[in-house]
Amino acid sequence: MLRYLTRRLGQAVLVVAGVVILTFVIMRLVPGDPAVAYAGPRASPAELAAARARFGLDDSLPVQLWNYVRDLLGGDWGVSLHTRQPVRDDLFQAFPASLELVGAALVVAIVVGIPLGVAAARYKGKFPDLSIRVSSMLAVSVPVFWLALALQTLFASGLGWFPVAGEYDANLDNTSPLHVYTNITAVDALFTGNWPILGSTLAHLVLPALVIAAYPSGVIAQMTRAALIEESSRDHARLERALGFGETSVLTRFALRPALNPVLSLIALVFAYSIVNGFLVEAVFNWPGLGRYAADSIRSLDTPSIAGVTLLVAILYVVANLAVDLVQGVIDPRVRSR
Amino acid sequence: MTISGPAGAPTLQPQLRRTALRGLAGMDRLATVGAVLLAVIVLAALLAPLIAPYPDDGGSATHPLEALLPPSGAHWFGTDQVGRDVLSRVLYGARTSLLIAVAVLVIAGVVGVVLGVVAGYAGGWVRDVIMRVTDVFLAFPALLLSLALAVVLQPSVTTVIVAISVTWWPWYARLTASVAASVSTRGFVDSARCLGVPAPVIVFRHVLPNSLTPVLVQLSLDGGGVILTAAALSYLGLGAHEPTSEWGLMVQQGQSLFTTDWWVVTCPGVAILITAFAFNVLGEGLRARLAR
Amino acid sequence: MIRIRNLAVRIGDRVIASVPELDVAAGECVAIVGESGSGKTTTLLATLGLVEGAAVSGEVRVGDVDVLTAAPADLLRIRGSRAALVMQSPQAALNPTMRLGTLMRRALARHGVKGGEARRRAEEAVAAVLLDPLILRRYPHQVSGGQAQRFAIALALALGAEVILADEPTSALDVTVQAEVVAVLRRLRDERGLAVLFVSHDLALVSTIADRVVVMKEGAVVESGHADAVFSRPSDAYTRELIAAVPRLPGHAGERQGEEET
Repeated sequence: MLRYLTRRLGQAVLVVAGVVILTFVIMRLVPGDPAVAYAGPRASPAELAAARARFGLDDSLPVQLWNYVRDLLGGDWGVSLHTRQPVRDDLFQAFPASLELVGAALVVAIVVGIPLGVAAARYKGKFPDLSIRVSSMLAVSVPVFWLALALQTLFASGLGWFPVAGEYDANLDNTSPLHVYTNITAVDALFTGNWPILGSTLAHLVLPALVIAAYPSGVIAQMTRAALIEESSRDHARLERALGFGETSVLTRFALRPALNPVLSLIALVFAYSIVNGFLVEAVFNWPGLGRYAADSIRSLDTPSIAGVTLLVAILYVVANLAVDLVQGVIDPRVRSR
Repeated sequence: MTISGPAGAPTLQPQLRRTALRGLAGMDRLATVGAVLLAVIVLAALLAPLIAPYPDDGGSATHPLEALLPPSGAHWFGTDQVGRDVLSRVLYGARTSLLIAVAVLVIAGVVGVVLGVVAGYAGGWVRDVIMRVTDVFLAFPALLLSLALAVVLQPSVTTVIVAISVTWWPWYARLTASVAASVSTRGFVDSARCLGVPAPVIVFRHVLPNSLTPVLVQLSLDGGGVILTAAALSYLGLGAHEPTSEWGLMVQQGQSLFTTDWWVVTCPGVAILITAFAFNVLGEGLRARLAR
Repeated sequence: MIRIRNLAVRIGDRVIASVPELDVAAGECVAIVGESGSGKTTTLLATLGLVEGAAVSGEVRVGDVDVLTAAPADLLRIRGSRAALVMQSPQAALNPTMRLGTLMRRALARHGVKGGEARRRAEEAVAAVLLDPLILRRYPHQVSGGQAQRFAIALALALGAEVILADEPTSALDVTVQAEVVAVLRRLRDERGLAVLFVSHDLALVSTIADRVVVMKEGAVVESGHADAVFSRPSDAYTRELIAAVPRLPGHAGERQGEEET
């Protein structure tokens, strides 16, 4: 297990190094001069030169890359051109909100997707299976930004069941101000007992979380179904049947656990994907997360911010994959001794 | 199922992939539905200039007096904010979407297959280097990398194609490499090597043709993911721009009108949904059939 | 204990197994031999109503229950508690994510045995197949093939099964380990009067344990009778072929070996 762990860790570090280089290369492709973008179009040559020096744009590319890596490691992720704040601080603000949203969505996806997958496997080839397959296929095929607009129009603007946009009702900041610890509003509100803000946040969460949950619920249902069918055709399932367990028991009490293994790695992959998918949804629901930050950065061609978001999500993805490998060791004892 | 391509959930390790496959055998009825849908969409795209009720509306025409008419006999899908027929634009949009999908799959497919075959045949450090590079690219969720690229390039359909291709090829490289590696150990490759056939000939005449099937299936499966990603980029304003008919762009332009003039946004949105659905269902059916 | 009459298993028009008559009494060991694809495993599975994707007709009784007409709940009840299955590849037959003891406990609970009684039965059964009780804490990948196979037999004992249905129970094992498993089966048959119906293509093995032999080929029974009679005076050409293919017959492969324990 330890050797397996070190090897996986080494791989992950290598990938992150590559991710940093690739991000750097992409950001060097930007048309226009970042110094102009920072100092503004009417800046004097002296101001421009100062900006150039500040961003190290006069150095050769390898030197710039070296400086970039050194700064990243030192915790300096650059200064955002549009918020004029350190990118790291911006990310620190925005990321928890995204995490809150995607976390809620994944909980929904798991709670919906796994039982649907079980039901489809249980009634394989029958009507419930067919309808679950069709709906999960629709869920993965729907363009999220359109679904976000449709649900917002229908349930928020139209029926008024849910708030239209935002993370919570801003008026509550006056009546019951929130003490910020984690920056995840729902969590902060819960632990400080700030019920009005908690309620408002949850109400604001429903629609965007449902939209983001569509894709992961679809793939999780499909994967659960496929893995369960595979697992229930194995020898051990035959033995379990021969011991007197019915089909439903074989699936839920015996096949589900080994089947969860592939489903779990899927969830890690889908997590990072959902964060990025969430960008589009955050834009629609004006959710103060990474997506809105990325959208603002894109609009102002704010390369340090875009690089920051890109790096953060890519690293997150690598870490999520690593985490899954570890959790799999817990679920499947065979991995542990590998 | 879109447990598959980049936009779909990331490609799974081969063993997971096989699991996914087996469960999907018997998808055939659905796959047929997908094939029919896709055929209709391709036809509509090819024939758009002929069957669109207002061919000029696919482009820059404007009819301010007919703006935002609800669906009717004259305009089945209504008209948009400058009076263009939404049906015509949706039909022309099919051309844009399919063009992007085909271009991306061809570019990413060719690059990925060539690198993959070389990696699989050569093995050793060549394979290691190529695979580590794909690892790096695969560490970015596809939409994110496309997004970053699309930002630094100028918004256009070409940008969308380039940006998505860059994120898509590693999947094919990786898949091909694993297949090519096993093909390379087969007898006929050994005999060719012993006969002194030059390596490039072996790679492209013998290994390549025998490694293609899984990639072709994967390509067919990824059309939906490409279309969704392309639509998302255009929705963010990083892709197609006026007067090109593009579904994502149409949604973006009409989004403020959703409450009052639903058809402007709903029609292109549903078009994306149906096209992605058709690709996904068909690809899955193909994969299930070939896996058997 | 087992009574089969006019059993026919069909996929479409094709008969994949047809057995006119087969009985297994308590304390008796009957072997079905034949090549792969001869329908022997199908016959075995039909005894528990576990054949999937095929039409089964005729009469199959386990004790007093007719498997083919029994209510689903009755069928589930006799599986394990009356007749238990021992499968070919020992580790694959055990759920990889479950400790052996957990499987044992759940199986006992399924048949209404819980708490102290379940623990007592599990320990007694494990001891009866000469396994260390610690094996119950292990996962399938942590035990040897022979141990896994003996554990499968222990499951049957704990559940109080009167019939053991074994599908090539030793073909995935080393020769010495095969002998152990056979020895356990034989002893349980002799001491506890278990009925054993097992399927094998290994005639050497069959000759050491079977009282009676049924030879199947391409879905049909070509010969059956007492083991000695079949081996010494095979009446069917196919049976003679099978016997001729075995180097040392009738031999005795079943000497007791020291029980291996890891």
